[in-house]
Amino acid sequence: MKLTVNGNAHDLDVEPDMPLLWALRDELGITGPKYGCGIAMCGACTVHIDGVAVRSCSVQVGDVDGDVTTIEGLGTPDAMHAVQAAWFEHQVAQCGYCQSGQIMQAASLLEENPAPTDEDIDDAMSGNLCRCGTYPRIRAAVKTAAAKLSEG
Amino acid sequence: MSRIGSIARRTFLIGSAAIAGGVAFGVYAYKQPVRNPLTDDLAEGEAALTPYVHIDQTGVTLITPRTDFGQGAYSVQAALLAEELDLAWEDIRVDPGPPSPAYYNGKVAAEGFPFPATDTGFVAKNARAFGDVVSKFMGLQITGGSSTVPDAFEKLRVAGATARQVLLEAAAQVTGIAKETLSTKDGSVVLPDGTMLSYSELAPVAAGIQPPREVALKPESEWRYLGKPMTRLDTLGKVTGTAQYGIDMTMPGMVYATVRTNPRLGGDVNGFDATAAETANGVLKVVPVTGGVGVIANNTWRAFQAAEAIEFDWGPAPYPADMEAMWEKVGTSFSKDRKDSRFKNDGDVEAAFESADTVLEAEYRIPYLAHAPLEPMNAVVQLKDGRLDIWTSTQIPIFAMAAAAEVSGLDAENIHLHVQISGGSFGRRLEDDFIRQAVELAQAVEGVPIKMTWSREEDMTHDFPRPMQMARARGVVKDGHVEAYDLGIAAPSVASSQMGRLNQSLPGPDIAIIAGAWDQPFAIPNYRVTGYRVPPLVPVSSWRSVGASGNGFLHDCFLDELIHAAGADPMEERIRLCWHAPSRRVLEAVAEMSNWGNDLGPDRGRGVAFTLSFGVPTAEVVEVTNTPDGIRINKVYVAAEVGKVLDPVNFENQVQGGVVWGLGHAMNCELTYDDGMPEQTNFHDFEGMRLYQCPEIEVRGLETTDDIRGIGEPSVPPAAPALANAIFAATGQRIRELPLNKHIDFV
Ligand code: FES
Ligand code: FES
Repeated sequence: MKLTVNGNAHDLDVEPDMPLLWALRDELGITGPKYGCGIAMCGACTVHIDGVAVRSCSVQVGDVDGDVTTIEGLGTPDAMHAVQAAWFEHQVAQCGYCQSGQIMQAASLLEENPAPTDEDIDDAMSGNLCRCGTYPRIRAAVKTAAAKLSEG
Repeated sequence: MSRIGSIARRTFLIGSAAIAGGVAFGVYAYKQPVRNPLTDDLAEGEAALTPYVHIDQTGVTLITPRTDFGQGAYSVQAALLAEELDLAWEDIRVDPGPPSPAYYNGKVAAEGFPFPATDTGFVAKNARAFGDVVSKFMGLQITGGSSTVPDAFEKLRVAGATARQVLLEAAAQVTGIAKETLSTKDGSVVLPDGTMLSYSELAPVAAGIQPPREVALKPESEWRYLGKPMTRLDTLGKVTGTAQYGIDMTMPGMVYATVRTNPRLGGDVNGFDATAAETANGVLKVVPVTGGVGVIANNTWRAFQAAEAIEFDWGPAPYPADMEAMWEKVGTSFSKDRKDSRFKNDGDVEAAFESADTVLEAEYRIPYLAHAPLEPMNAVVQLKDGRLDIWTSTQIPIFAMAAAAEVSGLDAENIHLHVQISGGSFGRRLEDDFIRQAVELAQAVEGVPIKMTWSREEDMTHDFPRPMQMARARGVVKDGHVEAYDLGIAAPSVASSQMGRLNQSLPGPDIAIIAGAWDQPFAIPNYRVTGYRVPPLVPVSSWRSVGASGNGFLHDCFLDELIHAAGADPMEERIRLCWHAPSRRVLEAVAEMSNWGNDLGPDRGRGVAFTLSFGVPTAEVVEVTNTPDGIRINKVYVAAEVGKVLDPVNFENQVQGGVVWGLGHAMNCELTYDDGMPEQTNFHDFEGMRLYQCPEIEVRGLETTDDIRGIGEPSVPPAAPALANAIFAATGQRIRELPLNKHIDFV
């Protein structure tokens, strides 16, 4: 089975119904996407398939029909994506366990809708749970990232 | 404990000596608030055993023994050390260090005595100092109770300053230049001509220098890091996916595992059929473990799938099987023989009730709650050639070592615990159950490292929750004021449940049953708080803000009822009743911030609540709108007095997080039991707050006392009562049971 993750092609020998999350984490050693619930209720496992946010715990690896991007492929410590830079600036993270999923969700939102309203942000981000309660900072960081991206 | 303790000491010495050219500095002068001869005797031995600053040829490593599970403990510990040691922020490296009694937490036991935080008298102070000595003797290396900052505030600055003095002395010896003419800058000693000698260069000489016993600390006016916004050390890793949590730890040749144990906590396994699991794809081994079965496979998901396929015959729960039976136990505990404490008994409530025309009465209930940190319990363990290595996050490293020693039969010197950061804890990692299981699994595949991960369902159904509680309250109002308040609280004891699992016992009453209620600074003329200890039900544990988490709701909501009955203003009457100046100031602060008293408009309401917990007076105002579809939380104002805000950014984040935690669980969370098993299994039925529901939360930290306190927990207790009080103000509906969504919808 072929899978492209963060620009790298992989050949995987796994059952097609394995969730993408566990193929990434345990087969490919890509641990940025996190396991939180396994049933699409928390968003910790969020990655992009062709730029669109999906819950990797609930997508079977055999059904993946595009390029996968994880938090590691969005940006790096030396070259952060605008959303990561905004998260850094606002110091959003507490435990941080939800944040790679939050960031991937926000990046996908801004890709699709570069100038989201408060309601758009609420709609897009409410599937991502944060047990530490960083929501006020998530909102602020999404707005900062949107402003940054619209500057070009 | 003491065997583990002495072995942990030796292990550390070996560890530090192994680093070439390494030198470790400890706390050499530690002034007790009340001096105790015991500490004098211990000081000598401790000198070499409380290392916080480690320097080798590659740089300086700060040892930060309080675990970071998201509250920013590593960064604040590093800032306290670096402030005095003089390091550049970007050069700071931290390491949690090995488990060691040297890293005892002097403040975690200090508040375990029946003196409210507002009591600064001789006896109370001595009791707290005694708590410090107890911690020291027992080697209580614990992270919890919002105690990291109070414990570390002086200790770590002294450790940093001591190390700096030794490095200055080393530079003086190396160069022959008088120490007084030397200074330091960003990890180097600076000579009068501007030459820089790095701490690493000086380490070999510094290692032979006797550290000073007394050091002076910088005045606050010269602080470079403390009190200013910091960039937490873990931020970059957490926004780029490069931070490694316990669940991300990987070893060559590692295999993956999970467990299923009896969801009737503590019940037996009568039998199981694992035929399907044994032949499932990728399964390497099915292993019986204490209370259940583990599956070892070549992928976590395959282990989950196989474990799901095991059929179990679980034994019954060692507690009443359903909520009705449990409430019955709680309700019948308001009795003489279950009375646990009555530390508050002002005036004469009985006389006040007798002479009153009307006595208000109410019964309140709060549910069990799961900790459910977003990272489920996990551990990586390797048993190889008689050596056990454990990578996991824990708030109790020394107890975790003892548990691993007990399970493996190994001496502690052959056990190496590598503490990891974790995706939350909220008290869950004060337990060692998952560590014991992972050690059992590693024993089954000796030589091969295993990563054990619980499914969310296993995590949710095998929590040691916050206890269910009931309150029976009575009160009298007179002339527009609260005249009498009698609060009885019945709860199972968290402390005895938890300490029992750690092979410790609890002498005397459990303060947690009444914390956040008996110790509130209100001068009500007739005022009584009684704790009743419910017989053990479901095993319970500390949940963010512990006893105060529920008692804040029970105590403040009925106070609010009385104030409304008196026809008084909820804010003004609380301020009038409050005799403690710092507490009054936080109430006045939220009144001003929220513009209390102005007209909010139709269908709106506001509520105020106050709880003093962990020594931090905290007041919150919640504003809501009663929409046709339910309650919308519009805005929250919080004021808390902590003596000194060490990092304003993290302070605000922690306070906001505590408010979201308190509101979210009050809105829609409970753990209920049927047939002995928790009915909630995942975040679909234990949801908490979601982003769209999150109000704006305005935070103010007050710094008007010299009582330095931590902020991880105190914003939790007033959140639920402030919300319930606001709902009453907006709708006239007084809800006396959590979660609130049993009675009202939220949007
Ligand atoms: S782990 Fe995928 S949504 Fe929770
Ligand atoms: S930062 Fe901890 S769960 Fe979001």
